Amino acid sequence: MSDSAVQFFFLLIKAILWVAVGVGMVPFIIYFERKFAGFFQSRVGPTYAGPWGSLQSFGDMAKLLSKEDLTPDTADKPVFRLAPYILFVPGFLVMALVPFGALGKDIFGYQVDLVIADFDAGVIMFLALGSIAVYGIVFAGWASNNHWSLLGGLRQGAQMISYELSMGLALVGVILVSNSLNFSEIVRGQSGNFWHWYFIPQIVSFAIFFVASIAELNRAPFDLAEAEQELVAGHLTEYSGMRWGLFQFGEYVNMVVMSAVIATLFFGGYKAPFTFLEFVPGFMWLLAKVLFFIFMYMWIRWTLPRYRYNQLMDIGWKIFLPLAIANLAVTAIIVSVV
Amino acid sequence: MSGSTHDTAHPQQDHVHGAAAKPRPTIEELKARKARTRQRVVGDHETITVSMGPQHPSMHGVYQAVVDLDGEIVVRTRPGIGNLHRGVEKLAEHRTYHQFIPVTDRLDYLSSFAMNHGYCEAVETLMGVEVPARARYIRTIAHELCRLSNHILWLGVHIMDFGAQTFFLICFRDREYILDLFEMLCGARLTHSYCRIGGVSKDLPDEWAHRCLQVADFLPKRLAEYERLIKANRIFLKRAVGIGIFTADDCHAWRITGPTLRSAGVARDLRKDEPYAAYDEVDFEVAVEYNADVYDRFLVRMKEMRESCSIIRQCLENTPDGPYLADDAAHVLPLKKYVLRDAAAMVQDFVHVFKGPQVPKGEVYRAIEVPKGEMGVYIVSDGGPKPQRLHVATPSFYHGQAVPPLFEGEMIADVVGIFGSIDVVLGDTDR
Repeated sequence: MSDSAVQFFFLLIKAILWVAVGVGMVPFIIYFERKFAGFFQSRVGPTYAGPWGSLQSFGDMAKLLSKEDLTPDTADKPVFRLAPYILFVPGFLVMALVPFGALGKDIFGYQVDLVIADFDAGVIMFLALGSIAVYGIVFAGWASNNHWSLLGGLRQGAQMISYELSMGLALVGVILVSNSLNFSEIVRGQSGNFWHWYFIPQIVSFAIFFVASIAELNRAPFDLAEAEQELVAGHLTEYSGMRWGLFQFGEYVNMVVMSAVIATLFFGGYKAPFTFLEFVPGFMWLLAKVLFFIFMYMWIRWTLPRYRYNQLMDIGWKIFLPLAIANLAVTAIIVSVV
Repeated sequence: MSGSTHDTAHPQQDHVHGAAAKPRPTIEELKARKARTRQRVVGDHETITVSMGPQHPSMHGVYQAVVDLDGEIVVRTRPGIGNLHRGVEKLAEHRTYHQFIPVTDRLDYLSSFAMNHGYCEAVETLMGVEVPARARYIRTIAHELCRLSNHILWLGVHIMDFGAQTFFLICFRDREYILDLFEMLCGARLTHSYCRIGGVSKDLPDEWAHRCLQVADFLPKRLAEYERLIKANRIFLKRAVGIGIFTADDCHAWRITGPTLRSAGVARDLRKDEPYAAYDEVDFEVAVEYNADVYDRFLVRMKEMRESCSIIRQCLENTPDGPYLADDAAHVLPLKKYVLRDAAAMVQDFVHVFKGPQVPKGEVYRAIEVPKGEMGVYIVSDGGPKPQRLHVATPSFYHGQAVPPLFEGEMIADVVGIFGSIDVVLGDTDR
């Protein structure tokens, strides 16, 4: 077999496995979210479907699939139908950029890169895809032809513009430190024990990025687009059945991806926290870190009240943006001097 | 004592932790800011109209507020009520005075004992029935338990109005203790129908006082925990401080009573001003705050809950022995246990069930302080066993109509929170 054919074969395997892991995780993440919510709220969460209710998400999926898929008469139908896909396809694409093991790993005598796309402009690509995902929500809000949806879509659009700036600037700090836009390079820069990870020199970047990622994921306390207490369900108001399910699905996929990106950029990706623990395969470490951040998102969601719209904008423009710029300036000076 | 002395010159109190360096804006400043906001948005702007309720998932009950929005800011509000109208006042005209008690449960179903109590107080005033001391104490205890359960539920819902989901269920867990007490007391958890004309339907069960004391000792600790949780929450503070301003003058103009009025610096509380039941025999403070915003309404209710616990403790210690139902054949429905043994009681029962109580001609208005505000009952009697006309002046009705000045100039995100802060129950509004 020629080398390129083998590489293509491995690529196929990697892509299928990675998507399978991403998709396969979502039902369980939804289950965990419900269980955690139960614990936080002194109740038990789902218990009936399967052992300890673990099959609850599959039951929900079956229910959603069997429901009628309504499209409002006055909706802009093609856009309305397209919107959920725009939300979750970029999520999967970002997944391709996240390395889950070293480059050039020796598998059955072949050199295999344990990343689907070893892409030199990976960080830029990630930001670009994140910007595309928000169109899903904006389109959904606009195409539903409903006031609540419209307000939700507009809010999400404005929120995204405000937070993407600080998010991007926070990332520039990491880029300066690692001297690369390639995710694999960034992980390689964090080799060694955990104090080599970038969250220590770039703690401000990490804080900004993490909070902005909550806003980007549209979760409490920044879930203004679908704020139940204000906008009924925001952009989801007119959606029903599996199309609504796709939105939920997309949001959880994005959560997995965002956790993976945070782990990669700030917490050493697939690296073990101590070098003597490196006998554990890299993707296990990545998975553990991803689950940790997913738990953080859940913890925050079930603890905090929601910000008001103007306060959200204040935080984005008056706190995070100056902070990110200051962090960038300090990092740039230190990197150029050292 | 005149309750309407309000002190606008009172220093602005700063309760906000961590914001001590920054003085809170005065009520005048906040009102001016709100007016400026409205000025800015009212103009040639195109507005969109949305209907908050009756099918909005977070609107309290089936209240409708048709809201014109300029962007995120509420420009105009038109309240709509009547979706839960059951004709309670008309029903009263077709029932004897005894038979109407269970209907009053359905007025404000979250504090149904208070509704029973207000009605019975009015009827007793009309009939001139002397309520025995033990019954007065039991009523006071039950009323304060009812206030606690109402405020705890309110607290959970109020925090949820600002987006925190978890707190709601924590509050429900603690409300359960109070509902259990009510269940021991009268068998019902939500619609108690515990009051009777001339007293209460059952004596305190064995062990009840002990259990009740435990709850009254335990709840203040829980309340302190809640308060820590909420006051340390920057997001809640940012959202609740300075919104939904409703000053004492506004409250008087719109007939707003209860915690909302007390949060505007008016120490008006009928329990103090026009005592009924055993309130003149217990020692308690009227909770007052001065900033008239959503956050101060929260503080007032927290204080009230502490005072309620203290009132319950005092009443339990001092409950006298004796009958818990007045011995008054003309007006009081006798206890079932006597009806089956005593000929006179049987006759009395027969007369009350088939004919009704003997009521003098005349009219009466009696108001008491229920958890949501002042609840007045107005009865016109033509001397028959049924009221000729009965009107219930429930607090929620007046609170629900004051929504336009509260909402306009605020942001859509705060609409539900402000509406929740004045504590409206639709069963109470629509009757």
